[in-house]
Amino acid sequence: MTAEAIVNLLKTRFPEVIRGASLEGCHPHVVVDASHWPAVARFLRDEPQLGFNLLRCISGVDCLEDRELAAVYDLYSARRGATPDANWIAPHEFAVTVRVPRDAPRIPSVADVWPAADWHEREAYDLLGIVFENHPDSIDDVDGPHPRRILCPDDWAGHPLRKDYEFPLEYHGIPAVTEYGQTRPQH
Amino acid sequence: MSIVADTLLESRPDVLTDLDREAIEQGDVRTEEMLVNMGPQHPSTHGVLRIVLRTDGEMVLEAIPHIGYLHRCAEKIGENLAPYQYIPYTDRMDYLAGMNNNLAFALAVERLTGLEVSKRAQIIRVIFAELNRIASHLVSMGAYGLDMGAFTPFLYAFREREYILDLFESACGARLTYSYITIGGVTDDVPERFIDICREFLDYFEPKIAEYNNLLSYNHIFVKRTANVGVISAGDALAYGLTGPCLRGSGVKWDLRKVHPDCGYEEYEFDVPVGRGLKGTMGDCWDRYFVRICEMEQSVRILRQALRRLEGTPGEVRNKAGKTVKLPSDAVYYEIENPRGQLGFYVVGDGSTIPYRVKARGPSFCNLSITNAVVKDCLLADVPAIVGSIDVVMGEVDR
Repeated sequence: MTAEAIVNLLKTRFPEVIRGASLEGCHPHVVVDASHWPAVARFLRDEPQLGFNLLRCISGVDCLEDRELAAVYDLYSARRGATPDANWIAPHEFAVTVRVPRDAPRIPSVADVWPAADWHEREAYDLLGIVFENHPDSIDDVDGPHPRRILCPDDWAGHPLRKDYEFPLEYHGIPAVTEYGQTRPQH
Repeated sequence: MSIVADTLLESRPDVLTDLDREAIEQGDVRTEEMLVNMGPQHPSTHGVLRIVLRTDGEMVLEAIPHIGYLHRCAEKIGENLAPYQYIPYTDRMDYLAGMNNNLAFALAVERLTGLEVSKRAQIIRVIFAELNRIASHLVSMGAYGLDMGAFTPFLYAFREREYILDLFESACGARLTYSYITIGGVTDDVPERFIDICREFLDYFEPKIAEYNNLLSYNHIFVKRTANVGVISAGDALAYGLTGPCLRGSGVKWDLRKVHPDCGYEEYEFDVPVGRGLKGTMGDCWDRYFVRICEMEQSVRILRQALRRLEGTPGEVRNKAGKTVKLPSDAVYYEIENPRGQLGFYVVGDGSTIPYRVKARGPSFCNLSITNAVVKDCLLADVPAIVGSIDVVMGEVDR
């Protein structure tokens, strides 16, 4: 099924949830409203026409200019070939973007739809600060409930892949030296 | 009390066949739970992986992997460098398969910018990707034998890998971090006599695979330690996003070189080996291990075809467009089949020469996320067998 057909199918099934779609370019995707995302995810996985059973990646992006954070979900539908010995095929390939405001970045977790999302969501929280609600590996601290960090230490401050991230000059007594004394990447 | 006996019977049906349930329950007493740190410095964790195990006697009740010890901000660096400059950083992600990593990033950028790659460069890419696949699987096989207490296969594996590294050195001067495959092609054409030497290597290497099988694959102790251990069902493997030999070990015939071919893989004849439960249950550690051995045979097949093709395909292999690549305001997500699974790069451009965002999806990262689900309710002694069979490279997990 083409990306356009998938978007049309989603639009008829969830008319008020689809916030937009981008079919041109190298990465066709649909933009889904955060609050309804688990329902859409479940539909994408369970609808026999689609059957997106393989979550490839969740990439967080900091869209600083739009004051938004985005989570991009890349999906494959993996199906058995015609005979038991045949190679499996991928009838569809698609991506979903969920965009949330930068000051309240909350997206419901889809780790119960695709268990693969567990670690990807932890990484997106760790590096970009997108809070995935009802994540199976959450902790509750001063920042409220959020997924446990995965790459940085648990007590790390801030989210390094945010565009306005300031490099810490000290961590547990370890001084950090930055190139030319910069604390922000010159991008 | 009986839970322990149940899980013991389920996880190791072959071990306790001469005991009946009652005998096990009588001899098995629930002990105090204990937390055991496996790693970050542990010989069988393949790098700085720390797994916190909650154990009850010899049973593992929970296994929580802690990663990040090797986090080097690879994605942050990607946001500050031009794609050409980022190629060496991709080498250091999965440092056992540098060529494949270069290829994945190069393909993603080429897809985004619409750069064309010459036919000859594509064939060279296939040759080096497959050679690196063999080298990577050799390390994986040798190290797995080491985990299981067999030291000799490791030396055999490194003996053969050395020849591949020599070939790489002759082409690009480096033996581990190649940066050979680059955006728009490869950095240089293969040296003189490369094709002959590569053929010699293949003739030498092919019979060695049978040797590995006799030495390790069908070794009784090795089979006892890996067959029926750490069984992953096909459904679980897909749900957890497993790819590569881990997914194929569970019987799923899914290989991106067939599903979504690039670099002209559709023109090569090769099979996709899958786990069949030859020594135990489908999807056990032995199946995952054996898929890698079979893949080496298939890589040799591909290499022979590619070398033939290379002889008949003259042409330029370098990128003619120059080293400044302007990235359009668009995004791309591109994956290729690495030795360990699907390595994907999500690259966002904003009209400048430096990407706005680079995200790497490491196959080891996703494969490792199933650890707790598999290791749970296994014997403590099986943990190295299971973690080793997943074959993680921490450089890629932590990036």
